[in-house]
Amino acid sequence: MSKENRRKERIDRGIKVRSDGLYALMSWREMAYLIAPRFILIAGLLALPLLMPGLYWQRVISIVCIYAMVAISFDFLAHYVGLVCLGGAFFIGVGGYIAGIFNAYFGLPPWMTIPLAAIAGGGFCTLLLLPCLPLRGVYFAIVTLMYPLFMARIIEAFDLFGGTDGILGIDSFSSAFVEQYFVVGILLVFLFGLRRLVNTDMGLIFTAVMDNDQAVRASGINITHYKALAVFIASAMGCLAGACLTHIYMWSGISQFALDFSILPIAATVIGGAGTLAGPVIGCLILVPVSELLRDFGTLRIVFYATILVAFILFRSDGIMAFAKRKYEQIERWTQV
Amino acid sequence: MKPNINQAPPMLRMENVSKTFGGVAALSHVDLDVHEGDVLGIIGPNGSGKTTTVNAITGFIRPSEGRIYFKGNEITGKKPHQIADMGITRTFQIMRPYYSLPAYKNLVIPLFSPRAKRTGGWRGGGNLGDRKTIAIDILEEIGFERDSYIPFKTTSTLPTGYLKRLELARCLALQPEIIICDEIFSGLSMSEIASMVPLIERLQDEGITIVMIEHRLRELFQVANRVMVLNFGEKLVEGTPKEVMADERVKEAYFGSEKIEEVMTYA
Repeated sequence: MSKENRRKERIDRGIKVRSDGLYALMSWREMAYLIAPRFILIAGLLALPLLMPGLYWQRVISIVCIYAMVAISFDFLAHYVGLVCLGGAFFIGVGGYIAGIFNAYFGLPPWMTIPLAAIAGGGFCTLLLLPCLPLRGVYFAIVTLMYPLFMARIIEAFDLFGGTDGILGIDSFSSAFVEQYFVVGILLVFLFGLRRLVNTDMGLIFTAVMDNDQAVRASGINITHYKALAVFIASAMGCLAGACLTHIYMWSGISQFALDFSILPIAATVIGGAGTLAGPVIGCLILVPVSELLRDFGTLRIVFYATILVAFILFRSDGIMAFAKRKYEQIERWTQV
Repeated sequence: MKPNINQAPPMLRMENVSKTFGGVAALSHVDLDVHEGDVLGIIGPNGSGKTTTVNAITGFIRPSEGRIYFKGNEITGKKPHQIADMGITRTFQIMRPYYSLPAYKNLVIPLFSPRAKRTGGWRGGGNLGDRKTIAIDILEEIGFERDSYIPFKTTSTLPTGYLKRLELARCLALQPEIIICDEIFSGLSMSEIASMVPLIERLQDEGITIVMIEHRLRELFQVANRVMVLNFGEKLVEGTPKEVMADERVKEAYFGSEKIEEVMTYA
């Protein structure tokens, strides 16, 4: 066997190992088995705005998607790069303010401010987080938790960008339909884009940095460079979510730096399943509507909320996604391979 | 016979290198020359500064004093990834594989590095195909069973013997000029060690300079052509394995009086 053939045979062996049988690709039922969960997620998310009764619940779906974007960026940083970042509110706030400034002060339309906020905000957040990149684990978490508080106090103290009143008079999306499908579409792009990224060679470097950063350095790779790249990807996603939030509320202010945006995505990741990327989306789909439903109970809703969290941590600590995946794989395959 | 004394300028040179941790001198005034094609053994009792030497060369710690040169360029104080980029690679005594990845994906990381992109990686094969297949080529070269599923197994399920080979494979993927093996034989069974020795000899034949830190003297003296003995951070002796064996101070510091005759027969 020639060297090229040998190589080709090895690639096939790898596919066999990864997909439990090369023949999966030849049977439509096998393919359906693989595609069904993805299809349900995509179709379900796209159908949600249509199924919701009234503007109020449609708005809730937009908020769910915004939280979900922050949650998958948290999941990516924490479980694929090893940086536990509690700075979700930082990303949301920076993105929100940048979109607000460009829209209210420079008059740019939302379709320009949102990408601008993602890129400029990602750059800004990465630059500010650069000094923390040598930190790991809980140390990185504590430092990043401080950033949103720090930004909010600075804006308040120096009365920047409208101070405590925030920036008013920001354009909204052209219609509710555009707003919802824009955020749902962006969320799906982020979700499947990240899933693809973590399986590329560069994604493997991120995982390697999480597993063992010293060994990566010994392989001649600058880990700060890759950590900064990962933070840029995650913060650009968070900033884009913040920009959408600004245009949905037609306002950006200090409350975008509120810790809700750091804490809720983490809770959603715990409930949905850490390190699955799709899990945080499912977690947000549960947590945000539940918190809306419990609004009638006033401050008591925190109790319900905490109970749900504790129950999940006690009984399903690996998350809904891991549980569902296990159950789905237990279903007998529709075809015998 | 392996070349004993090389007249060419040394590939790697340590000049008067010291490292203190607090008040403890882990290394004091160590000089070392490694010539191209050498297999240099570094031996010494526990805590004698062997791993500190490796860390100082590879940039993981900064020497308190002294200079280190690689091919005439000073590398003291450079970052580990810069030094690895120049071609000095190391294995770790406590193995550091990427446990959540399968074995072959562990090698994608060095193959993705700037050095591998520049040189083509292992034997310049980087232009032949995708990194995952090259990774499997390297693993089979280094002793993973041919045409088996072992390269695809998650690293955390592999036994120590494979992990040690994986450490070495990760160095080889960079197409290195010097490999520094930090106790590559420790924790292996006799048969595993016996299969590692020809591997080291083969690497030497390919022109890779090797520095080995080792406690397994019998196997070390089979492959090494020069040996340095460290004790309490100081260089005790340097020379051929026979010279080192014959040295009274080494016997006293390292081998323990009752074992001299036994160890001598290995050399």
